[in-house]
Amino acid sequence: MNVKKMIAPHVEAVPFSGIRKYFDLIYDMKGAISLGIGEPDFVTPYNIREAGIYSLEKGYTHYSANAGFIELRQEICNYMQRRFDLSYGPEKEVIVTVGGSEAIDLAIRAIVSKGDEVIIPEPSFVAYKGCTLFSGAVPVPINLKAENEFRLTREELEKVVTEKTKLLILGYPNNPTGAIMEYEDYVEIVDFLKSKDIMIISDELYAELTYSGKNHVSIANFEEMKDRTIVVNGLSKAYAMTGWRIGYACGNKYIIEQMKKIHQYAIMCAPTTAQYAAIEALKNADDEVKEMTTEYNQRRRVVVDGFRKIGFDCFEPLGAFYVFPDIRKTGLSSDQFCEDLLKEEKVLVIPGGAFGECGEGFVRATYANSMENLIEAMNRIERFVQQFK
Amino acid sequence: MDREILNILSKNSRLSNKQIAVMVDKSEQYVTEKIKEMEEKNVLLGYPALIDIEKTEVDIVTAYIEVKVTPQRDRGFDEVSERIYQFPQVISCSLMSGGYDLFVTVEGKSMKDVALFVAEKLATVDSVISTSTHFVLKKYKENGVIFNKKHKDNREAVVL
Repeated sequence: MNVKKMIAPHVEAVPFSGIRKYFDLIYDMKGAISLGIGEPDFVTPYNIREAGIYSLEKGYTHYSANAGFIELRQEICNYMQRRFDLSYGPEKEVIVTVGGSEAIDLAIRAIVSKGDEVIIPEPSFVAYKGCTLFSGAVPVPINLKAENEFRLTREELEKVVTEKTKLLILGYPNNPTGAIMEYEDYVEIVDFLKSKDIMIISDELYAELTYSGKNHVSIANFEEMKDRTIVVNGLSKAYAMTGWRIGYACGNKYIIEQMKKIHQYAIMCAPTTAQYAAIEALKNADDEVKEMTTEYNQRRRVVVDGFRKIGFDCFEPLGAFYVFPDIRKTGLSSDQFCEDLLKEEKVLVIPGGAFGECGEGFVRATYANSMENLIEAMNRIERFVQQFK
Repeated sequence: MDREILNILSKNSRLSNKQIAVMVDKSEQYVTEKIKEMEEKNVLLGYPALIDIEKTEVDIVTAYIEVKVTPQRDRGFDEVSERIYQFPQVISCSLMSGGYDLFVTVEGKSMKDVALFVAEKLATVDSVISTSTHFVLKKYKENGVIFNKKHKDNREAVVL
């Protein structure tokens, strides 16, 4: 039997992410600085790690309820209320997942089926498109614009909505651009959406990481949108807990129930050690989150300032831990830029095109790295760019 | 006072004022003035480096000494502390609650050196009742910095 022929065509048709090749290139490179990875450089705060260790010492090694420990769900609800003014019930409106990624996958699978259209404003996190394709639905990209700081506008949305549109996926604060959406940005969009039967997944993993006094606003903060919005969040970015794999989704109980069904059969439950750690995080780590955010903010300013001094257009990213400078002045494609920069100066940034067609001409640089490394990386990039002047 | 600048300096005092200015989104002049002001007000007292002496092959022995003293009328512990902390061998000196009064850190070239200092200089200060010397065998962490910790980025390359 030819096993290759047995692979489901709609799975095989989805390409691997183009970023992979850069990681292969950097793998053995000595003295390289990677601004390519999308995760915090901080180690999980010790009180959180200790809670995980303690749970193991106590022998808490069994399954939890499918939707996650009720105590954790309660803490999630407290957190959502405390930080973002969103109210959910722990019994039926929350599910704990294996990272935010699983929550996104569950929500997409629970909502769309073959032929449905899913609107994905790009540049965006690479999983939205992949998960949409795996569920047989059709991804419909919106090419967001740098002049709008990569925020979504009503006009852009209106243009792509059809009768088949069933879902809109929002990812703000945004990976890869660092863009945010503010209250005023949503007003017109909400006004348009309220007369449409379109669900929303709002991926808010970076909600804690907003800067310059811009507190995170969720589209679910709009009364008319709350019921149709699945808010996806998690502990990975805010609490530097990427490897623990704890995310969650909050939303309408009927959708959460269906998501729970898929989760029950595919996953059972999120790892319990990590759930115990997550309870501690949500209860007792607000100060640590604040401290990390302050440090990200300092680094953000250094990197934005660095790119601007080099002469690149770089809008001020007010969220997440990415900057998304326009590198077209060099005359290189973003792919070429990244490859040459890595070979010549051993600094890795990611081509914007990996996050959607409209990301071409831009690169994503992660500032989740030490100040020393960031300063050195900016010096190297400046040296690299000299040759194009 | 500027807490954010203090915070940055407490972690790394080698950053230039220009770099700090970018980090806190203020002008370089502001940072220069603020630092000067905090120096003048004795908020910023110095910028010593944190050194792992063990790796320098310089022989320095550190001891922590618990000192019991008789406080003096009207002056409490301040005067006797002053007598003690002025010795160059004394690296730090704090007034403590609990079983003893002063906690003194002493450095010397050898254990004998430190022991002699304690016996001849410290224990003989008026109003010192007793001393108890503890030698440091190994330092694990100081000023929030863990010694011998590898600063390795062990993040895997993952696509996201």
